[in-house]
Amino acid sequence: MKANSIKDKFTNLKANKPLRQDLITYAIVIFAYLLIRILDMAGMVNSQLNGLLVPICVYAILAVSLNLTVGILGELSLGHAGFMCVGAFTSAFFSKCMVEAIPLAIVRFPVAILIGAVCAGLFGVLIGIPVLRLKGDYLAIVTLAFGEIIKNIINTINIGRDSNGLHFSMKSAMDLGMEKDGVFLIKGAMGITGTPGDSNFTIGVILLLITLFVVLNMVRSRDGRAIMAIRDNVIAAESVGINITKYKLLTFAISAALAGMAGALYAHNLGSLTATPKTFGYNMSIMILVYVVLGGIGNIRGSMIAAIILYVLPEMLRGLQTYRMLIYAVVLIVMMIYNWAPKSIAWRETHSAKDLLAKVKGVVASKSKKGGN
Amino acid sequence: MKTMKKIASIALATIMVMSMMTGCGNEAAVDSSVADGSAAVESSVADEATGATFKIGGIGPITGGAAVYGQAVMNAAELAIAEINAAGGVNGVMFEMNFQDDEHDAEKSVNAYNVVKDWGAQMILGSVTSAPCIAVAQKTYEDNMFQITPSGTAVDCIQYDNAFRLCFSDPNQGAASAKYIGENGLAEKVAVIYDSSNAYSSGIYESFAAEAVNYDFEIVAAEAFTEDNNTDFSVQLQKAKDAEADLVFLPIYCKEAAPLLTQADGMGYAPKFFSCDGMDGILAMEGFDVALAEGVMLLTPFAADATDDMTVAFVTAYQEKYGDVPNQFAADAYDTVYAFKVAIEKAGVTPDMNVSDMCEALKAAMLEISIDGLTGNGITWTADGEPNKEPKAVIIENGAYKAM
Repeated sequence: MKANSIKDKFTNLKANKPLRQDLITYAIVIFAYLLIRILDMAGMVNSQLNGLLVPICVYAILAVSLNLTVGILGELSLGHAGFMCVGAFTSAFFSKCMVEAIPLAIVRFPVAILIGAVCAGLFGVLIGIPVLRLKGDYLAIVTLAFGEIIKNIINTINIGRDSNGLHFSMKSAMDLGMEKDGVFLIKGAMGITGTPGDSNFTIGVILLLITLFVVLNMVRSRDGRAIMAIRDNVIAAESVGINITKYKLLTFAISAALAGMAGALYAHNLGSLTATPKTFGYNMSIMILVYVVLGGIGNIRGSMIAAIILYVLPEMLRGLQTYRMLIYAVVLIVMMIYNWAPKSIAWRETHSAKDLLAKVKGVVASKSKKGGN
Repeated sequence: MKTMKKIASIALATIMVMSMMTGCGNEAAVDSSVADGSAAVESSVADEATGATFKIGGIGPITGGAAVYGQAVMNAAELAIAEINAAGGVNGVMFEMNFQDDEHDAEKSVNAYNVVKDWGAQMILGSVTSAPCIAVAQKTYEDNMFQITPSGTAVDCIQYDNAFRLCFSDPNQGAASAKYIGENGLAEKVAVIYDSSNAYSSGIYESFAAEAVNYDFEIVAAEAFTEDNNTDFSVQLQKAKDAEADLVFLPIYCKEAAPLLTQADGMGYAPKFFSCDGMDGILAMEGFDVALAEGVMLLTPFAADATDDMTVAFVTAYQEKYGDVPNQFAADAYDTVYAFKVAIEKAGVTPDMNVSDMCEALKAAMLEISIDGLTGNGITWTADGEPNKEPKAVIIENGAYKAM
């Protein structure tokens, strides 16, 4: 009886292709994690790779969460780094305040991540309300502007703490008027320094799995089908009674919250957190978009793998000294063409590995036949 | 198509694993070569029991917007190391450096640190810029690796006891500038134009403003810009002009100062300009009319046209090798390498010591040494990592720096 039900489940799994695909995605992540752990125990992971593990998780989460907006909802958002920035700063601020009150990282860090995610999600809703009235290029431009606004506002915030309590100023650090014993929590352009380094690879992988779980389940759910219906044809979706605004806002907010989670992971990995154009500007937003486009718009697993490869590549090219950024750019162009040019797609279809394998098999078979004769 | 995708994803996954493997493979290779190297030296140098080389890990921006500083540091450090090695090294042991790019980004800087750590670095020269330096300092503190930053000016760059710096800190520069302007009566009304999105620039401005209250000049305008709009300064200049400022204090980098000076000239506004070490390098800016920088004063520990033997020798050697005039960052890096040398001699450490022991020894030695470098005579260090040296003010005259 029991064996029967397991068998049933197995046949179910065979029939349910999307579920199988999702399970493969989780399996890839868990397998990669175990592989690294085993190599680490064998002492085969150098500190370069060790240092890359957490950033890899951060960018994979960002790519997967942006794919929700770009691939599933079908709207081009260029403000993703802005949400990451909100998550990074709110969670780091919390950790910095609470580092003495809650000395246990295992309690403090999840709360910090939650705060980062919720704040970024709230910003997602706030920004989504006006922005999602637009679509296409207009939406892209406005999200880009919002990302920049977030970054610039954070650059002007000064918060300090002394014996009288918290002080806040948007003008300059001097205007806080703190006592001598005061410490800066956020200091304008210098951002937050000395965030406790709570991030590690295990937490990163757990967050990545959570992200995948949320996104993949959402895509397969009733809500996900509604969202994809909006992407494919707004008028048709509206005519069958789908609440366009609700679903758009929902997707946007979830995508922002996941980006905030990645931001929290990022902030707790480094000793200094500054909102420079390089870290949270539109360059970063576009970088994440590149991961998504290269991995395949709407392809969750692809965007994750693309993020990992494109993040690791310039680090692995360090041996090439100053040429590495040039080569990285060339690789980017070549990969884009290979992935998306119509001719290249056609060529890949005629020269697919399966055909090649069949050909080789054919040759081998005919040869063995000859040999037999 | 589906199978193609599958194959592609398998291929990509393989590449990933392969690249990780090669990473590990490299490490093993480095280890063995280190072992070989030490064996070779052991046989040739009898008195240095297990001496290989002292490995310096350099970190700084070689690409991107701040590349001019990172390259200056890298070149000058190479020059100093070549000099020391040619003269027989430190107690007969050679220096070796591996300089990694950090793109002026904290995350990349930590990646670069991990790379030099794998390479076997025993001390860190860097990071060149402030925010990356803070992030790296946290990691060197965890590993207890000795670190001197030639040019990380933010206070927190050296918040741990394993880190020292060779340049002045931000508060130090701002206060020194205010003191210099006040004591020499350079102006009555001062305007400040600074980059509020930059830690270096806003740090100097804050300490400048805090110190200015002690002197009889007044800050009539404090105008900010950010990294996103650092090409047009006409609004800030107009405000400074309207406030009748007779001196404009510019705690900014030469990249921004070049268009600013051009625009000030265009609107016929000619106050005195006073700046800090970030302005150093303005004369080497491409496409900038050097005549516009005439009369600009800056507070910097190094002037390339100084006539003392050491500076002349350094500038000639640098120009011969790299083709341009070294700026203050180069001078800082050059002195940093000599600080490593003197500290190693004082502490008597050997390359076979582990990183942590070496750090403890060097840390103690740093407080006792004194070096005569390009950026000051008799530079000593305090326990908090700050150098003791006198700031020098220079003025640009006839297209060259001249001591004031």
